[in-house]
Amino acid sequence: MSHDAGAGAVPLGFHEQYSLHVNGEPRDVLDAWIGESLLYVLRERLGLMGSKGACEQGECGSCSVLVDGELVCSCLVMAASAIDQPIVTIEGVAPVGSPSDVQSAFVEAGAVQCGFCTPGLIMATNALLERSATPSELEIREELSGNVCRCTGYGRIIEAVQRVAISRQSAAVDRGSAR
Amino acid sequence: MPVLVPTSLDDAVSMLADAPDALVLTGGTDAMVEINMGHRRPPTRVIALNRVAELRSWTYHPDTASLRIGAAVTYAELMEPPIADLVPALAQAARTVGSPQIRHAGTLGGNLGTCSPAGDGLPVLAALDAVVHLAGPTGERSMPVAEFMVGVKRNARRPDELIAGVTLPVLDGYQGYSKVGVRNAMVIALATACVAVDTPSRSIRLAIGSVATTILRCGEAEAMATADVDFATGTASAATVARFGELAAAASRPIDDHRATADYRQHAISVLSSRLLRRAFPNES
Repeated sequence: MSHDAGAGAVPLGFHEQYSLHVNGEPRDVLDAWIGESLLYVLRERLGLMGSKGACEQGECGSCSVLVDGELVCSCLVMAASAIDQPIVTIEGVAPVGSPSDVQSAFVEAGAVQCGFCTPGLIMATNALLERSATPSELEIREELSGNVCRCTGYGRIIEAVQRVAISRQSAAVDRGSAR
Repeated sequence: MPVLVPTSLDDAVSMLADAPDALVLTGGTDAMVEINMGHRRPPTRVIALNRVAELRSWTYHPDTASLRIGAAVTYAELMEPPIADLVPALAQAARTVGSPQIRHAGTLGGNLGTCSPAGDGLPVLAALDAVVHLAGPTGERSMPVAEFMVGVKRNARRPDELIAGVTLPVLDGYQGYSKVGVRNAMVIALATACVAVDTPSRSIRLAIGSVATTILRCGEAEAMATADVDFATGTASAATVARFGELAAAASRPIDDHRATADYRQHAISVLSSRLLRRAFPNES
């Protein structure tokens, strides 16, 4: 009915096909609309539900992913403009069942309550620790300022980041003394 | 393929000539919000500039003491040396933009393209008398940023042109940027000020944002301070510092809106301007 009536009037740009490089694999996106955000494509077209959508205006950080190695809000990336760029989502951080040290630290420190913001915070924490191995509390607060958590009050999140920094440092020291 | 991803400026310009109605996208941090919220008509064609080599780079020219920054250079990149050392106020302004996620995507060219009176990079460009470069089918034309900014979210770019970049002078003296909002991160400015001093030429520039349809320069405040301060010793009297803020507030033309009242913005401009002049001339006579 309405489908047939409207078929001839589908505006240009609604039948996009392109391929994205997500978590090390090529993923085909079919019948997409040109203005779709990367967040929408990841969740609704590729079934990767780890990145969360809340504000859809870059304010909450729940949809944080890496595009070409940079931490960005996937809701503000036009998906079709990210062709040929490596994309890493929370699903690409660690295999299911064997969490990364950052993910474990969040659990151990009680930095997770409802968990909605957690994927974005894990992505942001990974980026932060790559940039600065032993960040000060101020640095942690500034680097995580784009990730909103409405449960924890941030104290335990900061503690989780510090735990990872300390354990990575002592692991590096152990490796050094074992030599 | 309606999303075009050119890698050279020439290609980007000719793609725009072929599709003058295309949405020109750099970081996407403004345009995607409008698309997500349904405030912008769905684009039918898009030219994404984030991989155009000429736009992604910057060049320092020591002979002319100037820095040219490509339009697709991100705020995160502006915060790093050597740009942060050459134009410290621009690095400070960049650091106040959004969050790390926004700063990795958002660009100086996007700030100019959106041309919001609250754009954080724009007061710095205005204070430094930056020159904006526009690339079109017949080549490049350049104009002072004050001419480029026409009104609220309106600029002098023609439909067949791309913002290629800006050229900034590398000054010798204090530079600072200050911003007021409801928190330190992730906030649209309620009031902003940039002070840039060039000691050899004895000049003090003040630009203010979020308090008029475009960024304003405060000529009276600049002239008063330039006459009253002691450049050699970095000294300004308390009266000069206070007067600087008063003249800046008098030059501002803020409105009441959902973010703040005009009175608040005017007061904030006075405080920010005085504070920056004191930082530039830390000794009180």
